[in-house]
Amino acid sequence: MEVVSEAKEFPRRRLIYGALFLLLLIFPFKAGPYWTDVATFFGIYVLLGLSLNIIVGEVGLFNMGHAAFYALGAYTTGILNTVWGIPTVWLLPVSGIVAGGFGYLLTRPIIHLRGDYLLIVTIGLNEILRITLINDPWGLTGGPNGVLGIKRMRLGSLVISRPIHFYFLVLIITTLVVMALLRLQRSRIGRAWNYIREDEVAAEAMGIDVRSMKLLAFVLGAGLAGIAGSIYATKMMIISPESFTFWESIVLFTIVVLGGMGSIPGVIVGSAVMMILPELLRDFMQYRMLFFGAAMVVMMVFRPQGLWPSKRWQLEMGRETEE
Amino acid sequence: MEQPLLQVIGVRKAFGGLLAVNDVDFWVPEGQIASLIGPNGAGKTTVFNLITGIETPDAGKILFAGRDITGCPPHVITRAGIARTFQTLRLFPNLTCLENVMAGQHVRTKAGLLSSILHTRRQREEERQICDAARRCLDKVGLWHLRAELAKNLSYGDQRLLEIARALATEPSLLILDEPASGLNNVETARLMELIREIRDEGITILLIEHDMDVVMGISEWITVLDNGRKIGQGTPEDIQQNEEVIVAYLGKEEEDFSWNSCN
Repeated sequence: MEVVSEAKEFPRRRLIYGALFLLLLIFPFKAGPYWTDVATFFGIYVLLGLSLNIIVGEVGLFNMGHAAFYALGAYTTGILNTVWGIPTVWLLPVSGIVAGGFGYLLTRPIIHLRGDYLLIVTIGLNEILRITLINDPWGLTGGPNGVLGIKRMRLGSLVISRPIHFYFLVLIITTLVVMALLRLQRSRIGRAWNYIREDEVAAEAMGIDVRSMKLLAFVLGAGLAGIAGSIYATKMMIISPESFTFWESIVLFTIVVLGGMGSIPGVIVGSAVMMILPELLRDFMQYRMLFFGAAMVVMMVFRPQGLWPSKRWQLEMGRETEE
Repeated sequence: MEQPLLQVIGVRKAFGGLLAVNDVDFWVPEGQIASLIGPNGAGKTTVFNLITGIETPDAGKILFAGRDITGCPPHVITRAGIARTFQTLRLFPNLTCLENVMAGQHVRTKAGLLSSILHTRRQREEERQICDAARRCLDKVGLWHLRAELAKNLSYGDQRLLEIARALATEPSLLILDEPASGLNNVETARLMELIREIRDEGITILLIEHDMDVVMGISEWITVLDNGRKIGQGTPEDIQQNEEVIVAYLGKEEEDFSWNSCN
């Protein structure tokens, strides 16, 4: 009986996702440039949330300096484009690789730290990077003013400049990333991450190379954040250190925790709450923090697992092997 | 005498000033059920941690199937074919039983990041292989019907069995069980002993670290006794039961024996 109802539910769920995606395709043509822009930033936050979710949600590593990797991506694009004139289209993957590389170098010495210790060190990394950017090393980062005049991406004859262009760029990238991460969750790598989150010692005893698995998560998370940073840089054309403060890291961390650690739909819901709600509540600007504070307290008391906690998918797997 | 599968040679480990394991030599014959016993604080767990790579010995060597595994990290040792369970349960509490057991297959498979994302045919085949292996192991301990249940919701006895299933999923040639009978009732203990024999019959060598003398004497074919970080005896259960030093360690010396008469 159970099998029948699940089998029926599966195509229905597909249908819902398909309809939702269709809605996303139509959305910018109906919504006007302002809301399209809001949606674009929402997409960037989903991307950032997903990247942090790998580290915090899947592996359980408390990284509260994720804005550092976001900044590394944005500044890679900004500097390489304004100083050497490298087209920003190429810089999209390059920024991901550079941020991922830095993710490796910066976290390698601290990867063995656990819980709150790692949290404090990542906060430190974030601050050090921000202050470095302000200090304008070798005249590259432009100090507090940041990098100005970043060119837009050019795909053939199309210049990605209007809100709708950015909307679709972000939509395509985010969709690809979501699909990749869903597959990863159901793979040996994704499970290994979860084993580490659940019990590091047991994971190691099961033959999982805990250290390199954690590094992999950091590199991947940092790389994705770098790509998000690159999109942000070409969208804004100006980047400055104040966009990558500790506060930004807190927002990202909150997205993951609010949505439900390790849950991809949770990240989307969390980003929506953190991004769209402030836009809606613009008139109540002064009370925004009050609202967030109260919401967090209520959340932690009544729904500590997050708004959309990750479901165990093994029911499906169990059925599959039974056949 | 069978050829030893595991050989511990002159191993020593100190924690600060405390010599936890002092020049311990012992071996585990292949294909048998061996036990490592000793009173509390004898150094059993330390020896165990040295074998499984959690601690590194200060001196001495550990050979497994003729290969020197001294000081290797735990995941390398698991790959080499030593699986373990934990005295205090260490399952993955918020994952299902099936997922827990699938963990064991991690070392026997190799799909990487890219093939997982691309969902290649090899990767899908490998996933099926992981599921099949996990199913066999869950069947073996009789927990297949609980596969979709979260590990933390299982009864204590079932959690112990799940740990054994998970260890079996690494396809070990040596399975080390750290006090598997602790906290089990008589029925569960009997079932466990039966299971251990079945595993041995499949060709997996067992090393048991156990307090419960009934379990040890009832099942072991080879026993090593530790006391105060030293080996004080090794042999068949009959040998050990006759061994003076072992009797003294467990029951105390006769002349030191507290005399009840002097109290009155």
